[in-house]
Amino acid sequence: MSAASMEANEQYNYDIIKKFAVMAVFWAVIGMFVGVYIASELAWPFLNFDSPYISFGRFRPVHTGGVIFGFGGSALFATSYYVVQRTCQTKLFAPGLATFTFWGWQAIIVLAALSYVTGYSQGREYAEMEWPIDLLILFVWVAYMIVYIGTLMLRKQPHIYVANWFYLSFILATALLHTFNNIAVPVDLFTLKSYSLFSGAQDAMTQWWYGHNAVGFFLTAAFLGMMYYFVPKHAGRPVYSYRLSIVHFWALSFMYMWVGTHHLHWTALPDWASTLGATFSIMLLLPSWGGMINGIMTLSGAWDKLRTDPIMRFMIVALSFYGMSTFEGPLMSLKDVNALSHYTDWTVGHVHSGALGWVAMISFGSLYHMIPRLWNTPMYSVKLINAHFWLATIGVLLYITAMWISGISQGLMWRAFDDFGNLQYSFVESVAAMHPFYAMRAIGGMFYLTGMCLMAYNVYMTIRQAAQATETAGAPAAATA
Amino acid sequence: MEWFAHPENTKPLGLLIFFITFCLIVLWVYGSRKRGEKLEEHKHIPFLDDDDEMKDKSNG
Repeated sequence: MSAASMEANEQYNYDIIKKFAVMAVFWAVIGMFVGVYIASELAWPFLNFDSPYISFGRFRPVHTGGVIFGFGGSALFATSYYVVQRTCQTKLFAPGLATFTFWGWQAIIVLAALSYVTGYSQGREYAEMEWPIDLLILFVWVAYMIVYIGTLMLRKQPHIYVANWFYLSFILATALLHTFNNIAVPVDLFTLKSYSLFSGAQDAMTQWWYGHNAVGFFLTAAFLGMMYYFVPKHAGRPVYSYRLSIVHFWALSFMYMWVGTHHLHWTALPDWASTLGATFSIMLLLPSWGGMINGIMTLSGAWDKLRTDPIMRFMIVALSFYGMSTFEGPLMSLKDVNALSHYTDWTVGHVHSGALGWVAMISFGSLYHMIPRLWNTPMYSVKLINAHFWLATIGVLLYITAMWISGISQGLMWRAFDDFGNLQYSFVESVAAMHPFYAMRAIGGMFYLTGMCLMAYNVYMTIRQAAQATETAGAPAAATA
Repeated sequence: MEWFAHPENTKPLGLLIFFITFCLIVLWVYGSRKRGEKLEEHKHIPFLDDDDEMKDKSNG
């Protein structure tokens, strides 16, 4: 180990970051495998094997929980602990509490998955965990907040770099969203079931206030924090405009909280509430694209890096998908477009262009940048990173194209009338028409999962390479001693 | 105080407060060239600890 990196390892707490980085890769493989499996169940239903434990209804939250909270959450813990230490030039506050966040978070993912397959679910989108798991999340999240804010307070750098603002808004907003969405009264102290405090349209609105802001603050703001540190750092150039990043931050913070009701167009919700959601969704296009342009323009004058550096490619393609899905989202929030798109596979495609294209790709780029620095060794194989990039890109394109065709066809079939004013197609006819696209989506997912497996292998070999290098370096020293 | 108890009063008030605050932030960020230059200096923070960086072969 070089003296410089030895110094970096002593200066910062890398141990907790390594743990979270490894678990991010592990949960990505598991979560994506379950995703491919449930996509295959929809295309080839015999895969249900008549078992309730692996049915679509139970496996779907295992997939969403595994990729959002297992992979995404662990990647965010890892990168936020890395970024806050390096931009504040200080060691992590309360390392014991940070270790608690690691074990607590992993326990949450495992307990949630086990509860889903055994049939326990609150039935709330992205918040299916029953009340005891919700309480554990609360404790872990408060610990995370204490560690993060404590580290910021210990900073040697007077200014708090903008990436930390995004991470902090994600931590604060998630605390708020999780608490209010999960206010419930348990049926009994020794049962997992509970009743929500809200009911009817109010409950729907609370759920989508949470649901969309989980997208806004967990899957957008936090990953923008990642972007504002790792894109400039990897490109070796400062962010294009720091002032634009400040306006980007405040505009997202002011606007995101209002848009959840666009998920409830044409329902029992008052019309003004869903119109308000659509209006704020359209306005969000401006800061979202401002941020995307800021990220992409960081590479201005160094575009040649895209030819040679697959990590940079991951980051720039991620930003392109961020731009594309933040254009598609406001478009789908328009009431007339929503009348066609809602309840169809178009929504599923939109979510995955954001999740696979933006969230996962920026995480891959950031992890590939961070892992060599954590273990003080180059990545085992750049060729494998390149192969991962192409498999992921082809996979996501297959996925979203299949869902666009399938979703728009579904919407058109459901609203088609014959000359006598009867529905032209039965529901089952629309299901049969979707079959080729469900198969195409599953194949897209297989491409993406294969890329992910390559990453897991590459990371494993990199860590092994680092361990061997440490042993080799230690042997002469021991002989001399 | 009675006035504040009615959501039809406090909602537009809230909107006005948030909107004005946002406009003031934009004005603060872009309103002064000197302040702008100072803000732009912060973009170099991620590079301040570059001395202890290891260079990996995948880094372009």
